[in-house]
Amino acid sequence: MSFIIDKKKTGKALRIALKKCIKILPVFLTMLIFVSFVLYLIPDEVISRYLGNRNMFSAFVSASVLGSISIMPGFIVYPLCGILLKKHVAYMVLSAFSTTLMMVGVLTYPVEKAYFGMRVTVIRNCISLVIAVIVALVTGLFFGELL
Amino acid sequence: MKKGRININITAIFLYSAFIAFSFVIKFNPGKEIGYTFFTFVLFMIKILPCAFILIGLFEVWIKKEKVEKHLGKDASMLSFLWVILLAATTVGGIYVAFPVACSLYKKGANLSVIFAYIGAVGLCRIPMTVFEASFMGVKFSLIRLFVSLPLVIISSIWLGRYLEKRNYTMMECMK
Repeated sequence: MSFIIDKKKTGKALRIALKKCIKILPVFLTMLIFVSFVLYLIPDEVISRYLGNRNMFSAFVSASVLGSISIMPGFIVYPLCGILLKKHVAYMVLSAFSTTLMMVGVLTYPVEKAYFGMRVTVIRNCISLVIAVIVALVTGLFFGELL
Repeated sequence: MKKGRININITAIFLYSAFIAFSFVIKFNPGKEIGYTFFTFVLFMIKILPCAFILIGLFEVWIKKEKVEKHLGKDASMLSFLWVILLAATTVGGIYVAFPVACSLYKKGANLSVIFAYIGAVGLCRIPMTVFEASFMGVKFSLIRLFVSLPLVIISSIWLGRYLEKRNYTMMECMK
């Protein structure tokens, strides 16, 4: 549609898109390399073993740590959470896991640093971690798992 | 300095692909599995990234700076947070798509607080993701998550934005 209205501008847009894409591509690839290694080192079974821990506290901590380290697309995370839920893993633990997965990214660090610089990246990730913990605690409260 | 780092990246990528290829040749299983995960992710990104970057390009060409400044800039009202959360909800992909978008928003004069709210919200309330989540975890779970996290994200972003402004922070990389 943009092409019909103004050919010149659209061409410029595409050039910008291409330039940006190429500039950040090596960083993205580095991230993907890390991701593929980590996902191999922490397969699903390990995740379910740690999250299914009887001790609520240690399950909670390991959920946050695992979630912070790795990133996964939603279509993998939620089916996994669904399975864990059926195995009677607490909502609170799953909430910690999925929220840290989405918001805190040790693995997206190279990409984020390229855009924001190191300090801001670290601050933002710490804040996100705190938020994720609060959210998880509230979830636990609502589902009556905390008390 | 800059050039050297890019070279290191390229070397790493090259070594990595050699490692994967070699694993396939000698049937080294861990290497093969790592390779498969890598390709799954690459395919996923190939579907999303070009579209994302084209949209970013179009955004940079078509949208006037004044408009972004008016709605998302320093003097914009609290409504600006509503706009970015809506924008975040319709963003596809993941948090890594949010960074280049944030970069463009910044270039067009959006407030830092607004930008951080956008990034946080992308992690939290993308529509397809939330629907998916609700279907697996129950609507109650998703609602609790959204209602608790969004206010926290907005508050922390406002704080972070102000803090960085005091320190005269600029997103250097984006200005090039």
